[in-house]
Amino acid sequence: MTSNFSIPQITILKRTREDLAFAQKKFLKKTKKGRVVKILRERYLRSDIPCGYEACAECSSYPGYKAVLPVEGARGHGKFTSKAGHWLVIDTNIVLHQIDVLESLPAGIPIILPSTTLAETRHRSLPLYNRLQSLLADEDRKVWIFWNEERRETATKVERYRTGGQESASRTGDEEDVEDGMNVIETEDKDGKIVRETVNDRNDRAIRLTLEFYQNHLKTITPSRSTATHPSLVLLTDDRGNREKALASGFHAVSTREYVDGMTDELTKITLGDLVAVKYGPEGGDRPPGSKGGSAKRLYPEYLPQATLLAGVKSGVFHQGYFNANPYNYLEGNVNAQAFGKPILLVGRESMNRAIDGDVVVVEMLPEAEWKAPGQEVLDQDEALKNDDADDEEGDAEEGQQSEARMAEIEKKTAASAAKQNAVEKRPTGKVVGIVKRNWRAYVCHLDASSLSNKDATSLAQQTVFATPLERKLPRIRLRTRQAPSLLDQKVLISIDAWPPHSRYPEGHFVRALGKVESKEAEQESLLLEYEVPYRPFGRAILNCLPVEGESWVVPPKEDGNLIWRDREDLRDLLICSIDPPGCQDIDDALHARPLPNGNIEAGVHIADVSHFVHADNPMDAEAASRGTTVYLVDKRIDMLPSLLGTNLCSLRPFVERLAFSAIWELTPDGDIVGVRFTKSVIASKEAFTYQAAQNRKDDKSLQDPLTEGIRLLNRLAIKLKQKRIAAGALSLSSPELKIHLNSNEGAPEPIDVEQKAMLETNSLVEEFMLLANISVAKRIQEAYPQTAVLRRHMPPPQTNFETLQDILAKRKGLSLDVSSSKALADSLDKCVDPGHPEFNTLVRIMATRCMLAAEYFCAGSVSKDTFGHYGLATPIYTHFTSPIRRYADVLAHRQLAAAIGYTTLHPSLLSKSHVERAMSVVNRRHRLAQMAGRASVEFYVGLALKARGKRAGRDDGGVTREDAFVIRVFKNGLAVFVPTLGLEGLITFSKDSHEYDAEQYQLAVPNSEGNKVDISVFDTVVVDISLEKDKQTQRSKVKMALVSPADSEQL
Amino acid sequence: MASSSRVEILNEGGLRVDGRRPYELRSVSMTFSPQAHADGSATMQQGLTTVTVSVFGPREPRSRANAIHDRANLVVEVGVAGWSQPGVGQRNRGDKRLTEVGATIRQTFEPVIMSHLYPRSEISIYVQVLGSDGGILPTAINATTLALIDAGVAMTDYITSLSVGLHLTQPLLDLSSPEESDIPYLVVASLPGTGKVTLATLETRIHVDRFEEMLAVGVEGCKILKAEMEGEVKKRTGTMVERMKLNALPDRAGGMKDSDRDILMT
Repeated sequence: MTSNFSIPQITILKRTREDLAFAQKKFLKKTKKGRVVKILRERYLRSDIPCGYEACAECSSYPGYKAVLPVEGARGHGKFTSKAGHWLVIDTNIVLHQIDVLESLPAGIPIILPSTTLAETRHRSLPLYNRLQSLLADEDRKVWIFWNEERRETATKVERYRTGGQESASRTGDEEDVEDGMNVIETEDKDGKIVRETVNDRNDRAIRLTLEFYQNHLKTITPSRSTATHPSLVLLTDDRGNREKALASGFHAVSTREYVDGMTDELTKITLGDLVAVKYGPEGGDRPPGSKGGSAKRLYPEYLPQATLLAGVKSGVFHQGYFNANPYNYLEGNVNAQAFGKPILLVGRESMNRAIDGDVVVVEMLPEAEWKAPGQEVLDQDEALKNDDADDEEGDAEEGQQSEARMAEIEKKTAASAAKQNAVEKRPTGKVVGIVKRNWRAYVCHLDASSLSNKDATSLAQQTVFATPLERKLPRIRLRTRQAPSLLDQKVLISIDAWPPHSRYPEGHFVRALGKVESKEAEQESLLLEYEVPYRPFGRAILNCLPVEGESWVVPPKEDGNLIWRDREDLRDLLICSIDPPGCQDIDDALHARPLPNGNIEAGVHIADVSHFVHADNPMDAEAASRGTTVYLVDKRIDMLPSLLGTNLCSLRPFVERLAFSAIWELTPDGDIVGVRFTKSVIASKEAFTYQAAQNRKDDKSLQDPLTEGIRLLNRLAIKLKQKRIAAGALSLSSPELKIHLNSNEGAPEPIDVEQKAMLETNSLVEEFMLLANISVAKRIQEAYPQTAVLRRHMPPPQTNFETLQDILAKRKGLSLDVSSSKALADSLDKCVDPGHPEFNTLVRIMATRCMLAAEYFCAGSVSKDTFGHYGLATPIYTHFTSPIRRYADVLAHRQLAAAIGYTTLHPSLLSKSHVERAMSVVNRRHRLAQMAGRASVEFYVGLALKARGKRAGRDDGGVTREDAFVIRVFKNGLAVFVPTLGLEGLITFSKDSHEYDAEQYQLAVPNSEGNKVDISVFDTVVVDISLEKDKQTQRSKVKMALVSPADSEQL
Repeated sequence: MASSSRVEILNEGGLRVDGRRPYELRSVSMTFSPQAHADGSATMQQGLTTVTVSVFGPREPRSRANAIHDRANLVVEVGVAGWSQPGVGQRNRGDKRLTEVGATIRQTFEPVIMSHLYPRSEISIYVQVLGSDGGILPTAINATTLALIDAGVAMTDYITSLSVGLHLTQPLLDLSSPEESDIPYLVVASLPGTGKVTLATLETRIHVDRFEEMLAVGVEGCKILKAEMEGEVKKRTGTMVERMKLNALPDRAGGMKDSDRDILMT
């Protein structure tokens, strides 16, 4: 038996008598059933917890030691002028409320993070904990985690054992004087201050003990010659109580605001100054701008205490759910609660009670007599509240109150009138009485120019201004900043800190500027932020996982007997080529085909062997798992893997040897599978074609070389395979895909034009073989790992989704749509043709696609086997295997397949169902967001292209484009149209009431310029003018459409 | 899942939930003969897990049917005190899990006890769990070893036992209950003298690649435990010998009758 590990040193931790007071943690816990259980946990104290100081010789021998804290601390602060600089000690409230400041502190400031802070953050907020983790992972920063609760000197004694433990503690005090931490507890015990201290007080004390430990510990170390002293320690905390206690014990302590204001570097001072979050509440800190001695009027009812909320939800008095703001009416929102069949309606500001889209709220129902129907009108808060003054609460208190009252009156009326109109369709109505969880993140906003009191660009005065979020569902955010004038035409990132009951708007702080509005960089970044795409460059820890040879890595020669060649097939002689869109750098797939002597055909799909480079459970794998997918924007690609792998080592470039994972089939000439095998291989691609080039080569009859013959062979098989798929009921769906032409001859790419993507025969060729590979792999890994195989499915849509479409088709065109199965749907879609209207079929397909559900990744063991099927592709099982460079699910499928064929063993995490499920839910979410980001990017470029077209036409009116459009929906007061050439969808509203609406027939009768009535109905073609309109105050631009023919919407 | 995910099995500083490093065992303490009426008994405490084992025998089997003609019959019964596990209700003697623990202990000790020396007799082992914080089985096995030694039953070697968990790729020794509920673990019992393994039991799945390392680390940990236990046994035997020597002094105890000695001692 060979063992490749050494037996480590094993010891028994002997508990000493002195430690008994700290030995156990006792706490009460409530179980799911509501019983209270007493839990006892053991705790061991250690003296081998290192301090992290470079100059400390004593700690350097402890396990896991890597000094981080430098001999010279941070300098450049007005208040702390110690010769050797200072280190910061961070309190929990800094992480919880000032994480933005923490992240932007100059990297040179050494930070001590007590484990108490880390544990409390983890307990209170996982997102903040994760942000803290990425801060810790940043190797440029000098952050040292001090495990204070584990170190003997700094551990806090458990409250329960205070009386019992006193005896033993005092005895040690007599015998030895080394146990400083004990003495501190002793003295404080005598003060009687902490007889029953709260958790918060205890944590604060733990942090002060850490300060004390470092002070005493540093005394035992001789300082370096250059500075002659050690750096001083500064406690950064916004808790006034903790600060005062620390100051009283002779430590340095400072609040965030004070610390930032004291920085000598003006630039950092200003940028950091804006990041400081305003903090309210009993813990001390800044007073909100409007409240003068607490005289401010409450605009909103206070929330009920958490315990009341939970009890209320449990007993059914209250209802809990996600708050969805209405994007069209800022005074209305709804909550999806289980109790009623439909969502609970919230009408008016007071009912919504400071909830922000995405929060988990608790709702109390109003009496049924007060139930309302949702409003039918569009209420835009920018319009309604444009005269609201961000500063008004700072002005005269009385006047402020008057304007508040006036405002409230107006809002009540508008909300009521909007809701009253439709008394018949009453919905359960309620009001928010509490918030279970805030789901705030940083939002991309524009500053509202009208809210600025001083627009002088050089002014650095503090101003209170409004920021309007890009997302329409969010309220305006009020913030204080010194940089307001310079931020006016910029996109900025704002994070919400609090929404106190006496403030109409949430209070926020400025995080950072993204760049000029409509500049591509700013738009791109804001897009990435809004769709939560992680776009930071890869960290050093991740890059360290790459092969050390870097660019010059090559497949080692076979003769050397290198490990890489073990169990790998040598397929370098095969005529393999890749076919991709033009300009593709991350080539994940390549193909080959050749006739076999028995008349059958051997076809192979070769996929980049990403799992050879990305091993499970290292930083690169973790990063790829959290990114989930590569995101493609129009002119930028946000990679899932570092580009060295994505575009070079894994990319199956031509003329070089590359590692691959191959699926090789034996197929009959009719496309039936005789057999399939999977193997890791080494290939050398002979050519990288574009779709067009491959098509040309195939069609060029003069070429008879084996490579061209291979492509023809593949093509013949693909046609056969496609026929089979269609016969089985695969849908050919349609969603508009656009291509943006970029003019890149002047450095910065300018969009010139948009056109729809063309489909060539070779596109279909590659697609068919990828599908074949995915299906074969799915079968194989499902057999090998029935519990944890990574699969993808597409649920059949509920038939009710199609009802409207079926009705429209029947009434307008006399056509029927059979949705009983995918096969029936595919057939009836084929029959939906209108001879006079060639694009009608595509339109129906687009509308049918919108009735479908989204495909999703899942873990094979989590759902029942009969729901594995992929509806759109009409296959019983499916996975993603063919693009491991850009999708993480494929990487997992690769690992599972490699283990299934016995190439490697499977990493334990891939055998854990819960782990795979978690990974799948991340990948699904990332995939969805990535698609939305991609679409938003196309939309932005379409806007730019529209502008460019206008310019070329010599007009300067923002570019009006005239296009044909299809009517896809008819409203009471307008039309929804779809412009196929631009992939744009828009709403045309009529302000006058001169038209007639026929809901039964999906038809509007509108008067044209001659005064005759013209019918417009769904599926009709109309002509529209498309233009971009920019909001003067917020710089937000939107697409505006106007009907030109058959009638002019200006006159309607 | 939400609650368990907040327990960090191994933090960035390489420390476990209770402040130990991966290869550190919990504090152990042993008491011999806490049950005066038993032939031998011992209490073993590992961390907060406390198990008392009483051994009766070798004695006449209580029912003739249980007698085996050429060796002693081993009977193990396990009971758990109601207060030992907060939140878990009283476990009855018929509980399947306890029966299984008992059967495991019996199988573990059968090859080590030299039962051929005690034909047609019975050795009863009563295991009582007084406090449970993970690792009931290993602590019970260790306590049984001590109790058998205390009772003077002939054995070829000590049996010591230990639980070995696996967090990602890192083996952790001697799990406490929050760890036990979160990660897969293996219970190893071995004869430290020869390094032979008499028990290796898994209730969860682990990867086969990791098994070898875990087993080896576990066997090594058993040796450390044995040294600790042997030290205690020798210490106790030392004091007993000491006392016997005192009693054997001619001018104090020599030639006295038992009844006289009683008078002397009062």
